[in-house]
Amino acid sequence: MIDLSLLTDGGVGWLDASGPSSHLILSTRIRLARNLADHVFQGRTSETEREEILTVVERAARDSVLLRRATKFRLDRLDREDRQLLHERHLVSKELAGLDPEGRVRSGATLLVQDRIGVMLNEEDHLRIQGLHSGFALEAAYAEVDRLDAELGQRLAFAFHPEFGYLTSCPTNVGTGLRASVLIHLPGLVLTKEISKVLQGLAQVGLTFRGLYGEGSEVVGNFFQLSNQTTLGSSEGELLDHLGKMVRQVMDYEEQARQVLLRDAPAIIEDKVWRAYGLLRYARALSFEEAMNLLSGVRLGVGVNLIPDVGMYTLNKLLVYTQPAHLAVAEGVSPTEPDLPFRRARFVRKVLESEVGRRG
Amino acid sequence: MSCDQCREREAVIHLTQIVNEQVTTLHLCERCAAEKGVESPGAVAKTPLGTFLAAMGKDAPEQTPAPRTGESCARCGASLQDFRESGRLGCSECYHSFETPLRDLLRRLHGSTHHMGERYAERGPATPSNGGHQEADLREQLRLAVETENFELAAELRDRLRVAE
Ligand SMILES: [Zn+2]
Ligand SMILES: [Zn+2]
Repeated sequence: MIDLSLLTDGGVGWLDASGPSSHLILSTRIRLARNLADHVFQGRTSETEREEILTVVERAARDSVLLRRATKFRLDRLDREDRQLLHERHLVSKELAGLDPEGRVRSGATLLVQDRIGVMLNEEDHLRIQGLHSGFALEAAYAEVDRLDAELGQRLAFAFHPEFGYLTSCPTNVGTGLRASVLIHLPGLVLTKEISKVLQGLAQVGLTFRGLYGEGSEVVGNFFQLSNQTTLGSSEGELLDHLGKMVRQVMDYEEQARQVLLRDAPAIIEDKVWRAYGLLRYARALSFEEAMNLLSGVRLGVGVNLIPDVGMYTLNKLLVYTQPAHLAVAEGVSPTEPDLPFRRARFVRKVLESEVGRRG
Repeated sequence: MSCDQCREREAVIHLTQIVNEQVTTLHLCERCAAEKGVESPGAVAKTPLGTFLAAMGKDAPEQTPAPRTGESCARCGASLQDFRESGRLGCSECYHSFETPLRDLLRRLHGSTHHMGERYAERGPATPSNGGHQEADLREQLRLAVETENFELAAELRDRLRVAE
């Protein structure tokens, strides 16, 4: 069993709801794809070569300011349960954790993480430099990742082309190698059925959306990850600026949708959010998906000031700790344990009870 | 819906633009869109790589692989066929080996082939450090340490700087 307490805030500082606009936006993530010039891309590396990559990059990281005291997780030496735990904390991608249905964890797959930033090693690219911030914080998150990129770039020879920019294993990431994503909660747009229009509009301005867990994941609990689609032809600043503008617009649409709901169907909305709260408070069995959807309802209720007693931080914590691997670890059972839904319901009840008790 | 430009042909491309913070949608027929030099980002966004790979398949049908020299990357040995199948390139040299088809792909994927972001050369890879470099490097590290409130490290770096001077 890995010890996540080694990490500052257990690596979940991003869910403390301290960042800007955190009633709508859970977290902001930035990643930069980088490859070493003197190694072939990941699809063609041997086991030995991946060990070399790991050694070289780790040396550079230990020599840097920002990753000097990084905690190291060798995914290839961890149980599936631990890999899933890191993935549920949004610290590693599904690919690095080898959690795809047909996926296996690649030898040399490693995470170096210190505070809010880290590097995934031997992912689809040799390095995926990443930063995760609470709330809506594109500039701050990028600034940190950019500094780490500069630090590592002084010590490592990155594959760079004068015209195409930073070279990546997949041409969809070439150029800046930058993917910025914002995890946003949009229940108002889902309830007013405006969401597909908004998502279509985003596709037309070069943005994409994914579910809670990134690439290929389904949307649960009305959480959407909005990110830039293109990485070439614009500067990092322009890409962030464009995404930021669009996210602000989506936030406006969401606020408008909530106003419409409160104006046109106040009784229905009130019933809906309190019903969600009641189920979370008193249900005896909750599947992960049901818990997510109910948490979404309560979050909406808190956001529009219908439910006074629950904090965003509590809701964020529940979001993370009711996931299968987290719950299993807390309960000391396997994530495939059949009575997990009962344990989940008990856990949620306990947290909400103490929260309400504390507040009044 | 007819094209906003020529008002004749059917609009097939709906381009959303942001001008002065306002979102406007331009409906264009294929020809007018091409004249304006735009491709529908919405249309390609779905599975840009998949569409392209399929299109490449048409240009070079799979039944005639014809493994000529020059068709595979000199450094890693990957062929265009490998790329078609995996969607991943073999090494950084592949970008030279398959430059022409890749340039076309990058234009479709990103609407451009020119990197406009940070340039690696300007940040510079590590040069063999002489005394002056080392000092500058230490100073930079110190600045970062202070900025990130890593005071323990900052103290250590200050000591090392004193020795270097
Ligand atoms: Zn026309
Ligand atoms: Zn190659």
